[in-house]
Amino acid sequence: MVDLRSDLARVRGLGSAKDGVHHWWVQRLSAIALVPLGIWFVVSAIKLAGVPLPAFKLWLNTGANVFLMVLFVGTLFYHLKLGLQIVIEDYLHVEKTKVVALMLNTFATIFVGAFSIFALVKVAFGG
Amino acid sequence: MVELSLPRNSKIKQGKTHKAKAGTKNIRRYQVYRWDPDTGENPSVDTYEVDMDSCGPMVLDGLIKIKNEMDPTLTFRRSCREGVCGSCAMNIDGTNTLACTKDMGDIKGDVKVYPLPHMEVVKDLVPDLSKAYAQYASIQPWLQADTPAPDKERLQSPEERERLDGLWECILCFCCTTSCPSYWWNSDRYLGPAVLLQAYRWIADSRDERSGDRLDNLEDPFRLYRCHTIMNCTNTCPKSLNPAKAIAETKKLLVERR
Repeated sequence: MVDLRSDLARVRGLGSAKDGVHHWWVQRLSAIALVPLGIWFVVSAIKLAGVPLPAFKLWLNTGANVFLMVLFVGTLFYHLKLGLQIVIEDYLHVEKTKVVALMLNTFATIFVGAFSIFALVKVAFGG
Repeated sequence: MVELSLPRNSKIKQGKTHKAKAGTKNIRRYQVYRWDPDTGENPSVDTYEVDMDSCGPMVLDGLIKIKNEMDPTLTFRRSCREGVCGSCAMNIDGTNTLACTKDMGDIKGDVKVYPLPHMEVVKDLVPDLSKAYAQYASIQPWLQADTPAPDKERLQSPEERERLDGLWECILCFCCTTSCPSYWWNSDRYLGPAVLLQAYRWIADSRDERSGDRLDNLEDPFRLYRCHTIMNCTNTCPKSLNPAKAIAETKKLLVERR
């Protein structure tokens, strides 16, 4: 289709979405939350490297460890979803492909994140 | 989708070489991007041997000398020759800057001159800026106030005036906008650093009464939030301004008003 709209009509397009602040803000919030959580996770992972499963279960049941693990995994996958969304919007310009990719991104990050939390809870409390 | 290689009709060929007159002692080689829409041929890079003993010190001096004495078909924009009009913005030695304020002495080897990146080319070093100008128009870059104008000027305290420093100096050369990868990929919807700096210039103006409307207009995942703080804009600005900071201030105001 020949596009004979003026440059201004094209630039104004469908108008402002009046959206974006929330995404920007929670991306930063989750990034900040991941600093202490990430350090805690890496230190714990190094300490736990190579221990047998019963020792890991014992660790997970100690103090707030399972709570912090769920918090870490949840924040991580939320942040991942927000970040990948930006990459998709940046580089995919065919509307259909973009919508499908955004959908898959949401499904995949929620699925893997929820599955990880389920696994953690199961390992910690499941007999 | 992002284009990782140039389309076939944009691949750059080796162009003509314009030799200096025999006996010229002090030669500087210019390699200049050429494209003529009338020939239908691919772009090329022409080489010019410029006699530095009769040439001014800036890159623009060399280009003017080439056009006057060696090749009148070379096409570029220029006007003020002192960094206030923004006409001669081009990519020199790999960086977007103004040809008139870029000292040849700061460039090692040949002087490589290309048009501003990722814009349609009108001819040679002249990019088509009509979309960028439309984006500028879309932010309504003029003072808007409902309070009737007073008998004299609208008053502003020295502190309020100071907030415009670093913003009013922008000459709209679009060096920053065309250096921004986000603008390269999404210029159809992202406004780009030059226009966003101008938008903030009016938001920051204490005499303007439409800050809220202006923020409404910018609050969009593409118009504003395609800025990922890459900072090419600030690094390349020939006027040493900081568009990235203006964009960050706008984002802060959007959080503040929630």
